Amino acid sequence: MCKGLVNRILPFSSVDGPGNRTVIFLQGCNFNCLYCHNPETIGKCRACGKCVSLCPYDTLSIVAGQVKWHEEGCKYCDRCLEICTENSSPRPVKMTVDEVAEKILAFKSFISGITISGGECTLQCGFITSLFKRVKEIGLTTFLDTNGSIALWQESELISLMDMAMVDLKSYDPKEHRVLTCMDNEVVIENIKYLAKVNKLYEVRTVIVPETLNNYYNVDMISKLIVSLNSSIRYKLIRYRPKGVRLELIDSYIPRDEMMNELVKLAAGNGCENVIVV
Amino acid sequence: MENILDIIKDNILTYEHKVLSLAKAAENSLDVLPIGKEVQKYRDEGIICDLFEGNAPYRPRYILPDYERFMKNGSEFLGLKRPEDIWEAINNLLILYKHVPSITSFPVYVGNIDTLLEPFIEDEEEAFKAIKLFLTHIDRTLTDSFCHANIGPEDTRAGRLILRAEKELQNAVPNLTLKYGPNISDDLAIEAINTALETAKPSFANDDMFKKEFGEDYGIASCYNGLKVGGGSYTLVRLNLERLAKQASDESEYIDVFLPKAVKAMAEYMDERVKFLVEESEFFKSSFLVREGLISQDNFSAMFGMFGLAECVNHFIDSPNLADRFGHGDRANELGLKIIERLEKEVDKYKNPYCKASNGRYLLHAQVGIDTDDGISPGCRIPIGQEPEIHQHLLHAAKFHKFFPSGIGDIFNFDTTVKKNSQYILDIIKGSFREGMRYFSLYCSNSDIIRITGYLVKRSEIEKLDEGKQVLHDSVVLGLGSVKNQKVLNRMVRKDV
Ligand code: SF4
Ligand code: SF4
Repeated sequence: MCKGLVNRILPFSSVDGPGNRTVIFLQGCNFNCLYCHNPETIGKCRACGKCVSLCPYDTLSIVAGQVKWHEEGCKYCDRCLEICTENSSPRPVKMTVDEVAEKILAFKSFISGITISGGECTLQCGFITSLFKRVKEIGLTTFLDTNGSIALWQESELISLMDMAMVDLKSYDPKEHRVLTCMDNEVVIENIKYLAKVNKLYEVRTVIVPETLNNYYNVDMISKLIVSLNSSIRYKLIRYRPKGVRLELIDSYIPRDEMMNELVKLAAGNGCENVIVV
Repeated sequence: MENILDIIKDNILTYEHKVLSLAKAAENSLDVLPIGKEVQKYRDEGIICDLFEGNAPYRPRYILPDYERFMKNGSEFLGLKRPEDIWEAINNLLILYKHVPSITSFPVYVGNIDTLLEPFIEDEEEAFKAIKLFLTHIDRTLTDSFCHANIGPEDTRAGRLILRAEKELQNAVPNLTLKYGPNISDDLAIEAINTALETAKPSFANDDMFKKEFGEDYGIASCYNGLKVGGGSYTLVRLNLERLAKQASDESEYIDVFLPKAVKAMAEYMDERVKFLVEESEFFKSSFLVREGLISQDNFSAMFGMFGLAECVNHFIDSPNLADRFGHGDRANELGLKIIERLEKEVDKYKNPYCKASNGRYLLHAQVGIDTDDGISPGCRIPIGQEPEIHQHLLHAAKFHKFFPSGIGDIFNFDTTVKKNSQYILDIIKGSFREGMRYFSLYCSNSDIIRITGYLVKRSEIEKLDEGKQVLHDSVVLGLGSVKNQKVLNRMVRKDV
């Protein structure tokens, strides 16, 4: 059975789709965003062992050439994350669909559904398709939180099992997008159009980063794109926060309320009916 | 007599507070209850406590008048006719409220106010104005946060207007419960949650669960006490599980010897209180509420309270690690359940002929504590500051709620981000009730009105009192005590990620 590499499971979340949702964060991302606030989810562990000897609580060991993390002893001091040069972490675990489903079942009474996030979850397409199938049998809704870099129109089984998706459009300008993420935004925009067409686009998101991105241009263009597809699709503007980020890569600050208000006005002025700020 | 002079000379108590305190002082100058030696010892040790009910019970602690009947018939004693419109309806109710006795002399239950007012709603904006005046009148005259109104379990226009008004008024009084059942649409439930995020009420009561125990005619009074309408509870006495634990040498001695002995003594004491009230005080012979059928002795019961389970369990677990303690460790949680199961079994051994509403049984009640309790938790609650993650907290709490028909509840303090996703809270409430939770309260971390233990107080009023200024509501005094002794303001803020 195919396994997923799971960074962590958050039992209850109020910010990853409608209602209360259990969020499964998968490990590994094909973007490398300058402002990534959990860079330890980007890379894959190559078992260099550096963190193993460093862990102050002896919760790490190397077994059969792989790092093993002993959850019970972990104090979440994050020393291992600080030392890792691979943008990785010793904590992600390989889990089967059944193992993840068992966790979800414990919260079933309390949730509307699940959201698979990352890292970039669509890099593990086979696993998330099987997990969605299982979650549908349980009777919960299935949401995807993606950077939109994988051509979703080619994943018909996944899309048929998925209720809705939330897609980041980090920059409308391909060049800026490449500088920010290391990849082009063409597929992302195609995905947004495709998901809107099949009525499965719950939300588009843009992080606002003062003095780093062309924020006004991005919000202007992205809101126009949303309105051209379906003006009731939610547009979420996210304030950049310098928490967890690699400060050697980025030098910015939390955008002020006035700026966020102006951006909301801009998007609303373009016809976006549902703009929110977090 | 010195305490009487102290009351008279006090410069913070309002005139009304003074009158009530003087009445209490007079009652407490009597010594009419035959109290056994064993009981007295427990009382002196603070293991059994009657929560200032007074030495000579002359009115039931909790009265839930049958306001529906009053609306239908008016009142001969009060000279009130059946109301014809919303103004007469609220006027009649406000008059009756001033004649419903309790320990504080303020009514602890003001009725299922949505269904009471629904028949009189014609013009919605006129009704809204009437409801706002009605609620403001209650807040300014029944200045006690234990005064409790109910809405639901039907979806009514009046219910929606009441929510709208409360959101606007931001009053601490009355306390408010939504009886939440299948007839409350998600849309109305979300309205209720949005109101609670602004003003810390309503709380949600598991209607199915209460109905199974009390039938259709139950009400939620005072903090969260489920009782029969047209009746109530003669008394509430509470047992300090922690203090009792300190006398036992180990947990099995506690469960097998100390608990049964203390329950026996407390039941005896409750019997005496009920007996005096029913047989000596003439309350049920003299009250017009009885004469006019608004209450009947047949609908009364009495509440066997407990508190400090967490500290009791932690005393036996004796571990410095949070992971082992009540609310966290499996062994601690199992011990907690075992103690409550035994408590239920012991309490069930005693029958009081006057508790007809509960087939002679005393009803278990998870008591929310009083302002002077220091370092001891209400009922079965996990200590403030030691709360586990919310999913774990809910599953833990749900295990205890079934034992306490006359009241138990947990309070959750949500971060402001949830205001953008009220469905999140509705999912949590639905899940909690599915898992067997009885009563759920919430507020938002930035709200001025907060729930202390069961009742509501404004933070701004607490600050005023703390600076030595006079306040209208007497529960602000209790709130200030709880903020200092139980660190209520440190309750964990629920925020994910
Ligand atoms: S997590 Fe990073 S530091 Fe630790 S073994 Fe893997 S690659 Fe090395
Ligand atoms: S966070 Fe990393 S370093 Fe810290 S205890 Fe856990 S495994 Fe060890």
